[in-house]
Amino acid sequence: MDHWRDHKLAFWVFAIPGTAWLVVFFLAPLAIVWALSFGENISITQTRVTGTLENYGRALLTPVYLQVIWKSVWLSALATAGCLLIAYPVAFLISFVGARWKMILLAAIILPFWINLLIRTYALIAVFRTRGFVNFGLEWVYETLFLDRLFGPFQPLELLYNNFAVGAGLIYVFMPFMVLPLYASIERLDKSLLEASLDLGAGQFTTFWRVTVPLTMPGIVSGIILVFIPMLGSFLIPDLLGGTNAQMIGNVIERQFKSANDYPFGAALSFLLMYATFAALALRAYAAGRRSAAQV
Amino acid sequence: MGWLRAPAGGPLDYHRRWWLRAYVGLVFLLLYAPIVTLVVFSFNDSKRNIVWRGFTTKYYWKAWNNDSLFEAFTNSLMIAGVSTAISTVIGTMVAMLLWRFRFPLKSAYEGLVALPIVVPEICMGVAMLAFFSRVTGFPTDWPWPFNLSAITAAHIAFSFPFVAVVVRARLIGFNRELEEASRDLGASEWQTFWNVIFPYMRPGVVAGALLAFTLSLDDFVVTFFTSGPDTLTFPVKVYSMVRFSVTPEVNAASTVLIAITIALTVLAMRLQSPARVG
Repeated sequence: MDHWRDHKLAFWVFAIPGTAWLVVFFLAPLAIVWALSFGENISITQTRVTGTLENYGRALLTPVYLQVIWKSVWLSALATAGCLLIAYPVAFLISFVGARWKMILLAAIILPFWINLLIRTYALIAVFRTRGFVNFGLEWVYETLFLDRLFGPFQPLELLYNNFAVGAGLIYVFMPFMVLPLYASIERLDKSLLEASLDLGAGQFTTFWRVTVPLTMPGIVSGIILVFIPMLGSFLIPDLLGGTNAQMIGNVIERQFKSANDYPFGAALSFLLMYATFAALALRAYAAGRRSAAQV
Repeated sequence: MGWLRAPAGGPLDYHRRWWLRAYVGLVFLLLYAPIVTLVVFSFNDSKRNIVWRGFTTKYYWKAWNNDSLFEAFTNSLMIAGVSTAISTVIGTMVAMLLWRFRFPLKSAYEGLVALPIVVPEICMGVAMLAFFSRVTGFPTDWPWPFNLSAITAAHIAFSFPFVAVVVRARLIGFNRELEEASRDLGASEWQTFWNVIFPYMRPGVVAGALLAFTLSLDDFVVTFFTSGPDTLTFPVKVYSMVRFSVTPEVNAASTVLIAITIALTVLAMRLQSPARVG
């Protein structure tokens, strides 16, 4: 690797375009939002940065918004747990099958990443709506069993526009993200340790809980953070599947900027989301650092 | 169904357990069923889109003849094309910068470049909205395609870090002795770059470009906040249609987008596969 001073011209030629673009079209916009978060509205169209902390106070102290933040956190946490429970056996199986199947299954896990999030969310509407596939299937079962003669006609379940729909949508969209780090850590796991545990008299269940899970903990932590962060900030899924009944922080932020026209408050909310993201990333880096320190 | 009854093998042959296979099969079924039904029902000859009423391609024609949808589609392709060209060049330069040079605060700079990848999309979206509503020079009433410049600039900002990551990963495998040999044999720095380094990193650059194209074509959140009423992109237009109703026309439009992105992804994967290293 060359020292930059030895090739100053080449260094600046490579450095300037990317840095400039990042500063103008990424850092400057973020800086504006950050400054706005300390501002207040002085008229319908104008805001002034006054250094007030009122926006943050409003976000963290008003029950309505606190409720939305709290709901975003527990919905994301629940959906993350759901992802983990669903993804672990999948990752486990993939790391035990032969090379050919491994490639096919991994490709099948990765492929949905490339399908537009909007389209995947839209696909779920057709599944969950009142005249959707789930209700259609349930109705068919109901009528096949002649339950309609006993209990009257089939009442479709209201599956859309509630917390359930948002949680299911989050799990559906983010589950593949969970499989990859889990797979990476199960793949690295020394399988002879499992054999040793079984030989020494532990059952499959004990081996799983006392050997496999602790040794794949790095993958579990990594997967949880990888999935939890984008869930917390998701906007499209609660917007399309949750409607007005199940809103998350992302929807409140969107409303401040698009319809309520309260930029300072929206800015404060989005920076709270940024700080939460950075905290989670720092946690992940800290966990990784401790792991590598423990291995030395 | 022989595999169902296959003996469970050794204690570690977890992949031979039928219940684990059945479970994973079910997960994949649930993962793909909604998308497959979406595609299948884009050919359904029924406006209400619930029961299968026969095969038709008329909704594809309808989507094709929907002027605003078509315009959104051309906008998307235009934005993705320009964004890909610029972010591939910038991203490749950043990758070379990080690969080649030692400089003060390098790890901080790496973190900075990775920032657009980790920042929540909604935060980036509102930042773009706040920025472009204050900065003049990106008016949306300019003639096409210059009215799309704000969206394009935003797309480049989140695409080029991905290009940099992909190209840099490719460059790590480069043997720098080749570069020294080229210099020793009298090639100039530019000749060495163009004839030795670039051919080696080309698969990475192409894969990065395809990634940038897909990211731009697929982006909804950032575009949603950057676009004006006359600068709709395909995902933003589909979003407004989805909010309105669930119709086969939306399914047809979605299927087209799925087909394009999957084709590009398969191409990118083939270009990156180890078999083509050389």
